[in-house]
Amino acid sequence: MDLFEYQGKQYFARFDIPVSPGGPADTVEESVKVAEASGYPVVVKAQVQVGGRGKAGGIKLANNADEVRLHAGNILGMDIKGHVVKRVWIEHASDIDEEYYASFTLDRAAKQHLLMLSAQGGVDIEEVAERDPDAIVKLHINPVTGLDEATAKKAAVDAKIPAKAQDGVASILVKLYRCFTEGDCDLAEINPLILKPTGEVHALDAKVSLDNNAAFRHPEWDEYRATEELDAREQLAREKDLQYIGLDGTVGIIANGAGLAMSTLDVVNQVGGTAANFLDIGGGANADQMAGALEVINFDKNVKSIFINIFGGITRGEEVAKGIVEALSRVDLRAPIVIRLDGTNAEEGREILKNAGIPESKLTSKPTMLEAAKAAVELAKK
Amino acid sequence: MAIFVNENTKVIVQGLTGGQGKFHGLRNRAYGTQVVGGVTPGKGGQDVEGIPVFDSVADAVKATGADASFIAVPPKAAPAAILEAAMAGVRFIVCITEGIPAQDEARVFNTLQRDFPGTRLLGPNCPGIISPGKCNIGITAGEIAELPSVKGPNVGIVSRSGTLTYQALYELKQKGIGVSTCVGIGGDPVPGTSFVDCLAEFEKDPETHAIIMIGEIGGSAEEEAAEFIKKNVTKPMSAYIAGVTAPAGKKMGHAGAIVSGGKGTAQGKMDALRAAGVKVGLNPTEAGSLMAEIVAGLR
Ligand SMILES: Nc1ncnc2c1ncn2[C@@H]1O[C@H](COP(=O)(O)OP(=O)(O)OP(=O)(O)O)[C@@H](O)[C@H]1O
Ligand SMILES: [Mg+2]
Repeated sequence: MDLFEYQGKQYFARFDIPVSPGGPADTVEESVKVAEASGYPVVVKAQVQVGGRGKAGGIKLANNADEVRLHAGNILGMDIKGHVVKRVWIEHASDIDEEYYASFTLDRAAKQHLLMLSAQGGVDIEEVAERDPDAIVKLHINPVTGLDEATAKKAAVDAKIPAKAQDGVASILVKLYRCFTEGDCDLAEINPLILKPTGEVHALDAKVSLDNNAAFRHPEWDEYRATEELDAREQLAREKDLQYIGLDGTVGIIANGAGLAMSTLDVVNQVGGTAANFLDIGGGANADQMAGALEVINFDKNVKSIFINIFGGITRGEEVAKGIVEALSRVDLRAPIVIRLDGTNAEEGREILKNAGIPESKLTSKPTMLEAAKAAVELAKK
Repeated sequence: MAIFVNENTKVIVQGLTGGQGKFHGLRNRAYGTQVVGGVTPGKGGQDVEGIPVFDSVADAVKATGADASFIAVPPKAAPAAILEAAMAGVRFIVCITEGIPAQDEARVFNTLQRDFPGTRLLGPNCPGIISPGKCNIGITAGEIAELPSVKGPNVGIVSRSGTLTYQALYELKQKGIGVSTCVGIGGDPVPGTSFVDCLAEFEKDPETHAIIMIGEIGGSAEEEAAEFIKKNVTKPMSAYIAGVTAPAGKKMGHAGAIVSGGKGTAQGKMDALRAAGVKVGLNPTEAGSLMAEIVAGLR
């Protein structure tokens, strides 16, 4: 789950990472109030979950209430790379001597944590990475041993951070690493990490992505959940605990396992169709989940046919079949189903479907993935 | 021959008294796997349809001589379960648990590497491993795996995605092609066993004559495999990469872009594999047909 900048900064604050005083605002007048409380000059920052906001005109300096009104008025409602700005974050503007870059991620290839640190941070960091890769220090950290202050300082030296800022940077790196590990982040990034004329080091931006698998030990994440950017279909899927991504096509897709779901999308595409969604009902899907999945798909008005592609491992064929039968009794599906069922207890599953008395116009069964895809795409074109 | 497991492998099931553990543990036994015990703290002394249950892995290993473990416990308990098995001297651990936090996985992987180099972890979030006719640990329906033929040629399967592993088995079964071993390495960020680990074993295994690899978008495991294949794999291969049409995940920070440098897309992975001499299919069925051609050439 991605956090907005202001949420990321609130998360940083839990780990004692210094951030600017400020507050969120949803209207122009609220913006002025927050600005007065933060102290002029302030920066008005668009809250969207995408990088490069500054370059897109979503970040403006304001010296007084009129300028806040002007900028907040322009930025609220602005479209930044397909994300509409519904909220701004207003914070006190800092004097900046230098801008650095710092992030922690998991390096899947090395199977270790990765610190990236650069003295040339700011909005052009990706160009820096291309032009002068050596300007970004990459340091692997063994998750078992972690990161200590001395190692962090050495990284700062290697990154050519000036001597006067090294201790401040090292101290923030150790805190950011704690935020990354104990805070269960997939990504914890500060760009820019600034050096002020006073010598203090401070986070001006926050890009935080949380690992959903760790939600069970973070009750404090509930509030972030409430502001997540989901469309109505995704919201419904969330309530039913399903892995769902909405797309624009006409063939609704239900598969078990992310790999098979992706493959189902591929095959539908290859036979000339378009998928309405990605939906993985997961390994242990039962009748309830299948019924829920069909409800979510049925909610999507673009869906003209539904392709259920199940290969039973943990998911047992009879469970899938029961789910479909139950769902058909619960919801009035607008689109016909084409199903391909194989694997664990597939035989029993097919038997249940056959004996349920569902008319051929509502449900057809196909022996292979390719044939099922063709049938579903055919139906979607009618 | 087979890789990682064979007919002599003795398996305990951590979580045998739970729903998943019981269902799949009993199915594995019914397939012919030597399932010699189960572990559930506090339930030592009981049994599950004749399989003795122990309080700890150490007790189970002592009593049964097990050398492999099948872990089917919830995500909260799985990291400790893996380390407990390693500490008890288990050589091969299969963990099917889905939903373990990435930070825990990274810690467990690196702990195993540092303190238990003799232990191999398969998974987490994987379907397991099957050497048809010999041993089945995990959630694969054994009947969809074609037995290896004595004369060969036989195919080894390695896959990141669970259900696509079955799909691959199924494609070969339809064509009557024998399988030496099928390994599902799992799609989590830090898998205990990688494509490269499996390819190296298949290359050494005299019973494996060709290899199918099933990958998916994200990460760089397929690109690393391609590098390895170029240098070290002499056996013919076919492959499929899922996710050609998958919507691009939105990325927020710059870290991904700085690190990945174009890696991670299905197209990039397919290109890398083709450059390494692998025949790449556009769907699982096509990868199966390409393998059938390879096998026909070997016969
Ligand atoms: N509080 C502030 N005071 C002064 N300058 C600021 C402040 N916040 C942001 N800036 C300036 O605006 C630039 C862009 O801001 P920020 O990094 O928050 O947004 P962004 O464009 O989304 O970042 P990125 O390019 O990392 O995605 C900063 O590099 C900095 O120079
Ligand atoms: Mg920034």
